[in-house]
Amino acid sequence: MNDANVYAVKTLTKKEYFAPGHRSCLGCGEALAVRLVHKALGRNVITASATGCMEIVSSPFPLTSWEIPWIHVAFENAAAVAGGIEAALKVLQRKGKISDKKVSVVAMAGDGGTVDIGLQALSGAMERGHKFLYVCYDNEAYMNTGVQRSSATPFGAHTTTSPAGTVVPGQVTWKKNMPEIAVAHKIPYVATATPSYPLDLVNKIKKGIAADGPAYVHILSVCPTGWGIASEETIKFGRLAVQTGFFPLYEVENGKYKITVDFEELMPLEQYLLPQRRFRHLAEDTLGYIRGRVAEQWEELQKRSAE
Amino acid sequence: MKKRVGMEVSFAAAEAVKLCNVDVVAAYPITPQTHIVERLSEYVANGELDAEFVPVESEHSALSLCVGSQAAGARSFTCTSSQGLALMNEIVYITSSMRLPMVMMLVNRSLSGPLSIWNDHSDVMSIRDCGWIQLFVKNSQEVFDHAFIAYKIAEDHNVLLPVIINFDGFILSHMFESVELMEPDVVQQYLPPYEPKYALHPDRALTMGTYGMPAVFTEAKKAQDEALLASYPHILEAWKAWGDLSGRHYHPVEEFLTKDAETIFVTLGSFGETAGEAVKALREKGHKAGLLHLRLWRPFPFDAFCQAIQGARNLIVIDRAVSFGGPGGPVASEIRSALYNKEKRPGVYSMIAGLGGRDVTVRDYMQMFESVTAGKASAYEIFGVRG
Repeated sequence: MNDANVYAVKTLTKKEYFAPGHRSCLGCGEALAVRLVHKALGRNVITASATGCMEIVSSPFPLTSWEIPWIHVAFENAAAVAGGIEAALKVLQRKGKISDKKVSVVAMAGDGGTVDIGLQALSGAMERGHKFLYVCYDNEAYMNTGVQRSSATPFGAHTTTSPAGTVVPGQVTWKKNMPEIAVAHKIPYVATATPSYPLDLVNKIKKGIAADGPAYVHILSVCPTGWGIASEETIKFGRLAVQTGFFPLYEVENGKYKITVDFEELMPLEQYLLPQRRFRHLAEDTLGYIRGRVAEQWEELQKRSAE
Repeated sequence: MKKRVGMEVSFAAAEAVKLCNVDVVAAYPITPQTHIVERLSEYVANGELDAEFVPVESEHSALSLCVGSQAAGARSFTCTSSQGLALMNEIVYITSSMRLPMVMMLVNRSLSGPLSIWNDHSDVMSIRDCGWIQLFVKNSQEVFDHAFIAYKIAEDHNVLLPVIINFDGFILSHMFESVELMEPDVVQQYLPPYEPKYALHPDRALTMGTYGMPAVFTEAKKAQDEALLASYPHILEAWKAWGDLSGRHYHPVEEFLTKDAETIFVTLGSFGETAGEAVKALREKGHKAGLLHLRLWRPFPFDAFCQAIQGARNLIVIDRAVSFGGPGGPVASEIRSALYNKEKRPGVYSMIAGLGGRDVTVRDYMQMFESVTAGKASAYEIFGVRG
């Protein structure tokens, strides 16, 4: 599977819609994900971006990395802005004011812009049924402002606002399950992905954009800077997150669950967690708790996929 | 054919927005704005208006959605009041900095707290420096006319700025007043279909809403300020063209008996109507009173204003919002600052009145006039406080 993924990328378009020369950190998993997502989407797309790492690195005036029409407005409203673009295209095409060429609408935001401050706008847009794809690039903390915890930060992780101290062992809440929140809106397509499995990611983006209604894809975007790993280990840690069951890859198509990258046996969780600076303080009891919840989550997912 | 009818002012507003043939309406209900958006949703539901009506989950999303739709080339409209504007605040500033020519009706209501659904100007004064063109209208006909005028100004390629039409909640929005309607073809002659200068579309990849490093930020803000100031002659043009078409002429400052006036009231919004009655009564008693209604609030019409108050000894500026801990009401402070460099300048009396729906009657204006002309008024007071 891994090898096939390495070669499959070469079958994608050579055209870059997220151009090189942007200002992301070395080894940025999020930039990699954005690049792949836009290769999958092609040129007939308009993207609305939330404030965050990808906005900052790609649009310092007068420069831009975007080879497609792209707009940034604020932090919490990417879904609402995308909803406006979708409404505009619909009415302008109906009135014959623009060509009836099919144009896809995408919203993008980080985990903070999605699961925290942008959740209301996203829920509203999904509920109203705008035909758009929302992509959450989840690097599991507010990396752009200096690694503060979000509600997508994993349990136990050290961040600058969930520091591992002598009394409190880092983040004390479980990662908010945003894909499940999206599923609860009964939208046609929800999936998780990571650029370490590029073929899987590209397929899901293509399915999402083709869905008849709102689609949501949650992409684990490895952040060497925030997680405390070497910049050349991005792909490896993305794989480990999946192979240990910490971040399972699955999709929910019209309510039907399917694990898209399945394993007979998961790798030991320590192999993913302990090499990362943000988890290195974890004591055995915390590790045990995480292990239990991850196993539970994996079982639940397998059960739903079998239904 | 001109048709004069009596209707609720909110419905006249909705009728005008329909005649503008807007493409996208996004709104969230808040008193006293509701009747406008209810009526617009009915027009869409009945096929009288071919638009996308998007009932969003908050005002923040209402304006954000309009930013998206306007950026994609659709004529967009939203409408709010009070807390709704406060929730939108962040996006209000971004809309103007992105030069998106949309129109918002702001049905003025107090900002909490204490919670009050009634009328004053504390909502709009909280966005004084937001970079939109800001108009205050004072009766049903002005509300109706300014929907067309606002889009005409906003969409002018020499302007490309968003416009806010302010009008008073309840005391205007919920009144039944006479209004002369316009035929759709006449409106279309004045306001042709929207031709965006820039729009998001794959046929032309544009990046909008970039990040401004310190090396460019000051220049961006200077350019924005210049754009707002430079909109002034185009606002006058839009009014002139509307006047030629409808016979109703509007100006940045509307003067009533100011020519020889010694004491001039300055008002915004529908309070001008009552103040006008007070001025008439004062004139009958032989007092040299006048009234100046400030229709254009941003860009502030300094020259027209100074011209209009030439020769006056006193200005009584009625503010409908408090600038807590400040030197006076927001409008009065601005006027003082505008006059500071003039050699001959009148006394400026800042009267805060009509907060949170408190009525200000003809008698109240006469009382203000008496205390100012008798030299008993202080430079700044909250008028009519009980107890």
